[in-house]
Amino acid sequence: MCGICGIAALSLEIKISESDVRSMLPPLRHRGPDGSGIYLDRCQRIGLGHTRLSIIDLAGGAQPMHNEDKTVWISFNGEIFNYVELRKTLLKEGHSFYTHSDTEVIVHAYEQYGDDFVQHLNGQFAIALWDSNRQRLLLVRDRVGILPLFYTRQGARLLFASEIKALLPQLSEAPRISPASLDQIFTFWAPQSPNTLFEDIFEVSPGHMLVLESGRLQESTYWDWNFPVQDGYLKGSDSELTEQLYDLLADATSIRLRADVPVGAYLSGGLDSSALIALIRGHSDAPLKTFSIGFEEQSLDESAFQKQMIDYLGVENSRILCHNRDIAEDFPATVFNAETAILRTAPSPMRQLSGLVHASGYKVVLTGEGADEALGGYDLFKEAKIRQFWARHPSSEWRALLLKVLYPYLETSGTQAKTYLQNYYSIGLDNPNQPGFSHLTRWFTTAQCKVFFSKELNAALRDDAVARLTKQLPPAFARWHSFNRAQYLEAKTLMGGYLLCSQGDRMLMANSVEGRFPFLDHRVIEFANQLNPRLKMRVLNEKYLFKQAMKNNLPRQIIERHKQPYRAPDIPAFFSVNPPAYVDDMLSEEKLKRYGYFDAQKVGFLLKKARRGSSIAYKDNMALVGVLSTQLCHYFFIEQFSQTIREAGIAYPSST
Amino acid sequence: MTINMKKTIRKYILENLLFTEDESTLQDDESFLDSGMIDSTGVMEIILFIEESFGFRVKDDEMLPANLDSVNNLADFIQRKQVIVA
Repeated sequence: MCGICGIAALSLEIKISESDVRSMLPPLRHRGPDGSGIYLDRCQRIGLGHTRLSIIDLAGGAQPMHNEDKTVWISFNGEIFNYVELRKTLLKEGHSFYTHSDTEVIVHAYEQYGDDFVQHLNGQFAIALWDSNRQRLLLVRDRVGILPLFYTRQGARLLFASEIKALLPQLSEAPRISPASLDQIFTFWAPQSPNTLFEDIFEVSPGHMLVLESGRLQESTYWDWNFPVQDGYLKGSDSELTEQLYDLLADATSIRLRADVPVGAYLSGGLDSSALIALIRGHSDAPLKTFSIGFEEQSLDESAFQKQMIDYLGVENSRILCHNRDIAEDFPATVFNAETAILRTAPSPMRQLSGLVHASGYKVVLTGEGADEALGGYDLFKEAKIRQFWARHPSSEWRALLLKVLYPYLETSGTQAKTYLQNYYSIGLDNPNQPGFSHLTRWFTTAQCKVFFSKELNAALRDDAVARLTKQLPPAFARWHSFNRAQYLEAKTLMGGYLLCSQGDRMLMANSVEGRFPFLDHRVIEFANQLNPRLKMRVLNEKYLFKQAMKNNLPRQIIERHKQPYRAPDIPAFFSVNPPAYVDDMLSEEKLKRYGYFDAQKVGFLLKKARRGSSIAYKDNMALVGVLSTQLCHYFFIEQFSQTIREAGIAYPSST
Repeated sequence: MTINMKKTIRKYILENLLFTEDESTLQDDESFLDSGMIDSTGVMEIILFIEESFGFRVKDDEMLPANLDSVNNLADFIQRKQVIVA
């Protein structure tokens, strides 16, 4: 894994200087501590930068890399897992290689297939490719958004980089936080792609390609989640499909074990990471090192299940025990790495975990994200299914009671649960076919956090976040099965915008660790998308076919375990004892008013409540973490803009 | 008595659910659920508040919107309970 960056001229008068490209490298040092390189084309139309974390072809993989006659250049972050097969094919086509790296395969694939080269790649990637003959630049991001790629225009130049902080040295002034993005974050937990927290700074959306040619930028979608309409589902008996799924998962895992360095794995104790480790063990007898998080807070801790898997599969394990205090201390650094406002502290322990991986001498871990999205695991999908069922007879009392299966804490009493459930989960019941139906409860609850927005911020908001999202859904969306619609929304909002970046890549890369995601192999997703929804959730049994596929490789207790979402303590992390000094500073009336995003009086009441220990509701927890992280983003990227650039890549930031 | 109790309830709801001192933002007959003031976990906060401020336990079968879901409902409920205790 690596960091990439570069600058391209948008008009003929502009010449790119090497020192400008070089200025973008230090903020990316954590992504690539093993080396760096720059390519500047002769006419100074383009400069490409690269920082390298060497994993494949340790000796020969230096970048930027080129083709035979040095007319195609690439700066690449990621892994092409099928590079061995692709290389063979390209050799047969007459291409000659000067390294054994996966990067060079991309260059020749571009020569061979043109812009369609991306369809041949199985992997996770952010690519900047310069074709000097045709004077065109391609910026491409992997199908689901595992690796990041940001861009902005600055005068007549296009700046691009793996992280926003690498764009900053080339901006003439600090970026501004976008009101619309805050609105989206405080609704979906993440800005809606291609937006970022900052105005005029965008990401290349997952599955998209940006082409710069003759000063014009053109965007296209080369891949998206797609589902059959009506009865176009895969045919075959359950056992045939189970076998096909298992074979695909096994292959997706095995090609992700390709590396010239040892590969470890994350183990949460849940079904997905346990299944992943079973798949790795099925492929290789080599000792496997696993890494886990334990929590001081018992209700969040999964140590017992982790231990069960460690014993069952005979793997080595290293673990961190995450204390409330650690999260509070690490939170500013977490936000700095995430480069966006977040509503949960959950990324923070993930950052500590990658620290453990790094300290253990590992650079690569396999991890189980994506199974819930692709194969239908989330409680939200169940909730939507029940609400859909309920909407057919809105007056039915017992239909709503099914929700108790999902949320056992609602089981305080029959009467209480029934009436509250009916009130709380009945949102949108009158129109179950509206596009966002599956997510309305979550979005509505989250959007309550907007009560803390300042008058000024509210005044700057133009259109409703949900309305805007639904306007941008693909044309076929309305014709998909409701279960698939929920999957699509989940993949596009939470997974792409939060899980894989704020809680994924950015937390891994903070400690120079590469994550690999077998369940997000596009062949797995494409296969799963063709399955009849009843094979993803049979009645209310989630990930049905996945469990069938894995049942011979896992203990029954793991297969039958009630799903526990990964969570970290939010308000208690900061307020179970006295919070670190920065919390009071960032949430002080003075700073709230000066930064201007939030109503100081309202935040004051929330703080009082948090200190008293009486903030239980989800929305208070989300609001406090959201306000604090927004304030920190303003502090790092706007108020301390010049200093952040100066100190980038040296030793910043850490509050410990 | 009732006026004071209502004041206590209103102050609690304003400061802890609406995060404001602005009296005009809260109608006494407004549903906490419908307005989004509480989420699925928020009702627990209201129960804690009643138990700590008014000195009686809310029984399981009393956890109903009819008792808990507006300032008026809360005031009526607390008053009924206090009469019984007295």
